[in-house]
Amino acid sequence: MTSATKDALRYRLSHLRALEAESIHIIREAAAEFDNPVMLYSIGKDSSVMLRLAEKAFYPGPLPFPLLHVDTTWKFKEMIQFRDWVAKDRGHRLLVHTNPEGKAQGVNPFDFGSNKYTTIMKTVALKQALDKYQFDCAFGGARRDEEKSRAKERIYSFRDRFHQWDPKNQRPELWNLYNGKITKGENVRVFPLSNWTELDVWLYVLVEKIPVVPLYFAKERPVVRREGTWIMVDDERMRLEPGEKPVLKSVRFRTLGCYPLSGAVESEADTVEKVIQEMLLNRFSERQGRLIDFDEEGSMEVKKREGYF
Amino acid sequence: MVRENELIRTDISAYLKRYQDKELLRFVAVGSVDDGKSTLIGRLLHDTGEVYEDQLQAVKRATKMEGEEIDFSLFTDGLKAEREQGITIDVAYRYFATEKRKFIIADTPGHVQYTRNMVTGASTSDVALILIDARLGVLQQSRRHGYIASLLGIPHLAVCVNKMDLVGYDRQVFERIRDELRAFTEGLQFRSVTFFPVSALKGDNIVASSTKTPWYEGPSVLEFLETVPVVEEDELAHFRFPVQYVLRPNLDYRGFAGQIVSGVVAKGDEVVVLPSGLKSRVRAIDTYDGELDEAFAPQSVTLRLDDEIDCSRGDMIVKADDLPHVGRSFDAHLVWMTTEDLDPQKSYLLKHTTQIVHVQIDEVLWKKDMDTLEETPTETLSLNDIGRLRLSSHRPLFYDGYDRNRGTGAFILIDSLTNNTVAAGMIIDERRDRQSLDDAVREARAGSGLTPKTQVSPRERQRRLGQKGAVVWLVGLPGSGRWALAYALERRLFDLGRTATVIDPTGETLDSMISAAKAVADAGLVCICAFPTYAVEDRAKLRERIGAERVVEVYVNTDEKLCRERRPDADFSGFVPPRHPELTLTLEHTPLDKAVEWILEDLERRGQFS
Repeated sequence: MTSATKDALRYRLSHLRALEAESIHIIREAAAEFDNPVMLYSIGKDSSVMLRLAEKAFYPGPLPFPLLHVDTTWKFKEMIQFRDWVAKDRGHRLLVHTNPEGKAQGVNPFDFGSNKYTTIMKTVALKQALDKYQFDCAFGGARRDEEKSRAKERIYSFRDRFHQWDPKNQRPELWNLYNGKITKGENVRVFPLSNWTELDVWLYVLVEKIPVVPLYFAKERPVVRREGTWIMVDDERMRLEPGEKPVLKSVRFRTLGCYPLSGAVESEADTVEKVIQEMLLNRFSERQGRLIDFDEEGSMEVKKREGYF
Repeated sequence: MVRENELIRTDISAYLKRYQDKELLRFVAVGSVDDGKSTLIGRLLHDTGEVYEDQLQAVKRATKMEGEEIDFSLFTDGLKAEREQGITIDVAYRYFATEKRKFIIADTPGHVQYTRNMVTGASTSDVALILIDARLGVLQQSRRHGYIASLLGIPHLAVCVNKMDLVGYDRQVFERIRDELRAFTEGLQFRSVTFFPVSALKGDNIVASSTKTPWYEGPSVLEFLETVPVVEEDELAHFRFPVQYVLRPNLDYRGFAGQIVSGVVAKGDEVVVLPSGLKSRVRAIDTYDGELDEAFAPQSVTLRLDDEIDCSRGDMIVKADDLPHVGRSFDAHLVWMTTEDLDPQKSYLLKHTTQIVHVQIDEVLWKKDMDTLEETPTETLSLNDIGRLRLSSHRPLFYDGYDRNRGTGAFILIDSLTNNTVAAGMIIDERRDRQSLDDAVREARAGSGLTPKTQVSPRERQRRLGQKGAVVWLVGLPGSGRWALAYALERRLFDLGRTATVIDPTGETLDSMISAAKAVADAGLVCICAFPTYAVEDRAKLRERIGAERVVEVYVNTDEKLCRERRPDADFSGFVPPRHPELTLTLEHTPLDKAVEWILEDLERRGQFS
């Protein structure tokens, strides 16, 4: 073995560490170039990984930006508990925003339908919060492997002053040279996990021992069967259809959102390793569990144009 | 992947341990719809188990072909608009893993007009995978793809001669194509060029070796991708650390955060900070997971130094005996990425490592004719053009030639008005001898590299004001009504939202009026002047100094008798009527506002307003 080959082995980064280094670079770059960044914290596993990467980027200092959670008021109870615990435990500044008009009108997924509800309580609420605090950069935990329409998403995704995303008006992205130049009022969504896959995220949760919401692990929970998936009865606001009766099932969630819209899968996987095992053995792509995608083919793309991600 | 599935089932911990250790390889796949590139990528994803069951079902539903074969290209189609057009028009990133490596594919369309996309995908890739249709042989497109991959510094080229099934797996067809393209790639900069006889549709030599090509003894495409070297030795030389962020959580801690572009650094190493040239030693390499004894590219780390020296974002930490070049003027290959042409008179922003500087274009040397790959002279660059330029920056850059170091040789150009990324740049450094530290520091401290000149080009002014600069010079006898017409024209232009002004003649000479008119037109305004110019030479002079194409000479041909009645004491001698004015008006027959409209029409015709 030549000394050069030995060096090549010694100075070799595993793909997970290479992704980590890239994400830290992205987070530092955006924090350095934007005036007022914020990290969108959705409480899910991707947000948990993104948050850990941000902590690594600025260690031993604190995060130079706050976390923002858009609370639809229909999140799982355990998510909200987890969110408050994380912010307190890690000493991060957490902003919580709920669409006040939506709240006043009692907008919910039952009477308004998942589409309208999501627009009002998520998309509009997010725009309100970004405008209220004048954020010019928002970190999001989206990945390119999540959905076909995201395969072409940039790491820096440019939004005009109305938060609109125009697929035809995105900047070319070369090397690791990100263009953060914007005019006042415009903003950029930055996706540090763009090149991670679902498996990478879980693996990182495992090796870094990152706490995630217990809903990701199988446990007996009260659920009802709807549209081919299990919906959890998380509180008394859940409206049961005539004849529906909650049953106790060992289930877990692959993605977390608003409980009436998040489908659970039957599972016995109660550790990270078992979750990964199940995921690898049953290859069903991730968004299957989210009811909002079923409306229309290419619907994520429509949502993104409107400002949701 | 069967073996892996078994391991997942029986010992997930062992599997995950192995998975964690995989290396990352990024490659760009180039080809047009017809080459079967989407089919090839779909095949890779499918055969490595990366396609999920529900996606497979959806694709089976959407497969338009009759029969039982799956349309693999449907796994990779992207945005809705593109799906409707049936073409891929942007770079898409896809992911898959095998037992040995994890892969990121930059999937780029191969049409001539999409050079931009191939360059984008190639910029981060270690391998370029290009497709050739076995039936068509080496097309100009294949050479173009090879040239771009080489220009972007991709070390390894993989050429898939596709659709071998349609030429009966003929060895001679494959070898003829191989020899022809190899003759071309020998003149390029690749470390390796490898050829594969494949059928993406049938799966021959994609994942495993095919029995249909017994004459081919090389690896399958996937075997090649799993074994081609990822870390090149020279990436470990030349330590380059652009400072991204200064961490100061308290008074006792000052760390310089960044990602190592190339090379290795160890605790205790002597380093120098550019541009200050100050030396220090590495006291600690910090990470969230603890201190490191040494760190290497592409790790993101935080360096602390022994001395309290000045260092901020945009500076670069390097080793004293291994400096990058420090300079403000350099040549570069540019790929133009936007529909608006390069404006050589304009100042652009340039982002290089973690610095953003202003640059001006000193010279556009040539552009590539993408059909013949020959260098041709040019004044500008248009979308998808590749050219060589000479540039100067207002602050020094710390760079290496792109062919030696992609991280410190690459830059992007940003339009300061629209904020768009307009070009990708690769610095050319053909110098053999390196600067000494003294020379580098002297260069860094020298005055600005830019000759002071306006940073605003006429085209930019034109865009802002919606008009071009011009001078309307009214020529005529005393009492002809020139000044009244001038002010009426000014008012009318103003009311139309145009920017125009009459320059006041009081106490001025012809020379000073010409200077004033030129300055006003340079600023992008319409300058209106009626200063007397009786002689032919006077008018020739003003045309020459202001620029004939910007002068609208209007002859106000009022009846001389009427003029004399109006201005009995004026000097009428020496007036020579203009021979070829742009416009002649007779004010005694024409109302003033009509005359104004005629001048306006003339300006419109000249394309004065946008």
